Amino acid sequence: MHLLEVKHLHVEVDGNKILNGLELSVGKGSVHAIMGPNGSGKSTLAHVLAGKQDYVVTQGEVLLDGDDILVLDPHERAAKGLFLAFQYPLEIPGVATMTFLRTAMNAQRKQRGEPEISTPDFLKRVRQVAGKLGIDQDMLRRGVNVGFSGGEKKRNEILQMAVLEPRLCVLDETDSGLDIDALKVVAEGVNHLRAPERSFVVITHYQRLLNYIVPDVVHVLSKGRIVRTGGKELALELEASGYAQYQDAAA
Amino acid sequence: MSTEVRASKTDAESALETHFAAARHSLPGAPAVASLRENAFRRFAADGLPHRRIEEWKYTDLRALMPAAKPLAPLPDGAAKLRAKEAGAMHLAIDARRLVFVDGSFVPELSDLAALEGGLTIRSMAALLVSGDVGKIGRIVPTDDIAVALNTAFMGDGVMIDVAPRVALSRPIHLIFVNTGEHGGAVFMRSLITIGNGARAMLVESHEGSDEFQVNTALELDVRANAHVDHVKITRAGALHVSTLMACVGAQARFNEFLFTAGGAVVRNQLFVRFAGEGTVAGIRGACLTKHRQHVDTTLVVEHVAGGCTSREMFKSVLDGESHGIFQGKIIVRPHAQKTDAKMATHALLLSDSAEAANKPELEIFADDVQCGHGATSGALNAELLFYLKARGIPQNEAEALLIQAFVGEAVEGIEHAGLRDTLMGDVAAWLAERK
Repeated sequence: MHLLEVKHLHVEVDGNKILNGLELSVGKGSVHAIMGPNGSGKSTLAHVLAGKQDYVVTQGEVLLDGDDILVLDPHERAAKGLFLAFQYPLEIPGVATMTFLRTAMNAQRKQRGEPEISTPDFLKRVRQVAGKLGIDQDMLRRGVNVGFSGGEKKRNEILQMAVLEPRLCVLDETDSGLDIDALKVVAEGVNHLRAPERSFVVITHYQRLLNYIVPDVVHVLSKGRIVRTGGKELALELEASGYAQYQDAAA
Repeated sequence: MSTEVRASKTDAESALETHFAAARHSLPGAPAVASLRENAFRRFAADGLPHRRIEEWKYTDLRALMPAAKPLAPLPDGAAKLRAKEAGAMHLAIDARRLVFVDGSFVPELSDLAALEGGLTIRSMAALLVSGDVGKIGRIVPTDDIAVALNTAFMGDGVMIDVAPRVALSRPIHLIFVNTGEHGGAVFMRSLITIGNGARAMLVESHEGSDEFQVNTALELDVRANAHVDHVKITRAGALHVSTLMACVGAQARFNEFLFTAGGAVVRNQLFVRFAGEGTVAGIRGACLTKHRQHVDTTLVVEHVAGGCTSREMFKSVLDGESHGIFQGKIIVRPHAQKTDAKMATHALLLSDSAEAANKPELEIFADDVQCGHGATSGALNAELLFYLKARGIPQNEAEALLIQAFVGEAVEGIEHAGLRDTLMGDVAAWLAERK
């Protein structure tokens, strides 16, 4: 069984059709890249998977482990192993990253019927991951993302991903606004999490990120549907030829 | 021909006259106090209860909000003292010298009067009134406010505290006002606290117990030069709770005021703070949490008389149900108060469609070399932030609680005492738990 199956998905936002019969199957342990021009529906796909309000599914199904997740609240989807790394991570003044992570982790565990994590185990886990990502203790004590640079915010997303150990990670334009050094740190963090039981959907406009997070499958999204699927070489081809031909093909 | 239209007396106004006539001879105090009371009562009688056409009381119309005036609460008997003790309100999570007032009277046997630090004097206000040594009453920051006039007319008890110059109190003083009994009554508390030059004191005041009482409490606080004073007032109960702080702060002092309100049906906290000496640094902050049909009004008048003082005001309110929150904050900078640096912020978080917030910041500046600013916001919880938290696995109610705690926490951070910060954040957590 595929970890994620998106079947014939139609989505509207404010009465505008954004996704138009999208089909996507992601197997366990694989990395799928979704590329496409602006306005093709990339971020909409990410938000619909995570369960954001105001995105109206008019047709289709989204299955995680064969279960329909469209009926679940966002927090239930997270507990089931779905993680969305935000394109624009938000600042939460007054909520320390540590508190945030711990609340999230224990809420997920509770939802799954597991016991809370012990304080030493939690601290150990966070420190381990934070060290690898170059996130210092002071940043963990501060309000989530408050005063962080763009790169620090993205690293903090990867930190959360690593600590929460989801099975399906959706990265929404994680490369946007990152310089090459920050991009490498983030990509390394992601590569470190690659595992036989964990899959990734990497949404990006540019091929650059895929030099560092090498995908198994590349999809081209245009006007709300996947118009082409190929291997990692498809990303290079897109880099050379641009998206113009796909916009015509979908029209 | 002009005629002044004066509405007929409300039931509460008539009752207050009856109560005053009955009590004027039995209220504590020598003849000197009697004339103070008479004058104050005349001030009240001239205008009656404050109402919406009086600008300062526009949003808290006592003619409407006070349908009746309860009789003065009787002196607490043994049963009342026991109820107060059992109410469990006696203990704060911090180590403090407790002074306990039950149903409006000081109760020495429940209070901690042992081993007073040298330079610390504590007397009950009733004893002070009886002694006739009342020269300071009404003089710290004079006001013709009607609530203060009523307080002066009826003041029954309270505390007089004097901290001698350069004395640093080793632990906070906690004034605990507990009202007991299901029938309630009216309580008028008056306190007078002087913190001498260069002295250090932390004062905590909490109002707890029955929700059937009408409380009018007033504190005159004289903070002398170079003193360092924290005052934290916690309001957790009351049918009607009207409180006035009149504080005069001397030169080079540090003054930290915090108002925390999580209970009480109708609450009015008014603060008149005067910076009378140069170079003082002050924080005046507060947080309130309201639900159901609660009405909480915070009215602040900060007056910079002397120059070179810095004041920071931050008030946060969290409003649920059909509750009303009011913040009126006025900063006055007198002509000689050059180099004043004053910033006031007030933020309201509305958790329901029927809750209402009124924010009225005002600046009156008569000096030309000052930095003054104010900001006011009101709104709901940020939906994008809530989604971010939910996407991490945190359910809606927990996500809301986290954001509300963070919102209130920003103001509570202004309290220097860590144990007290924890106590108040505990109150916030309890309020949130009840909300679910």
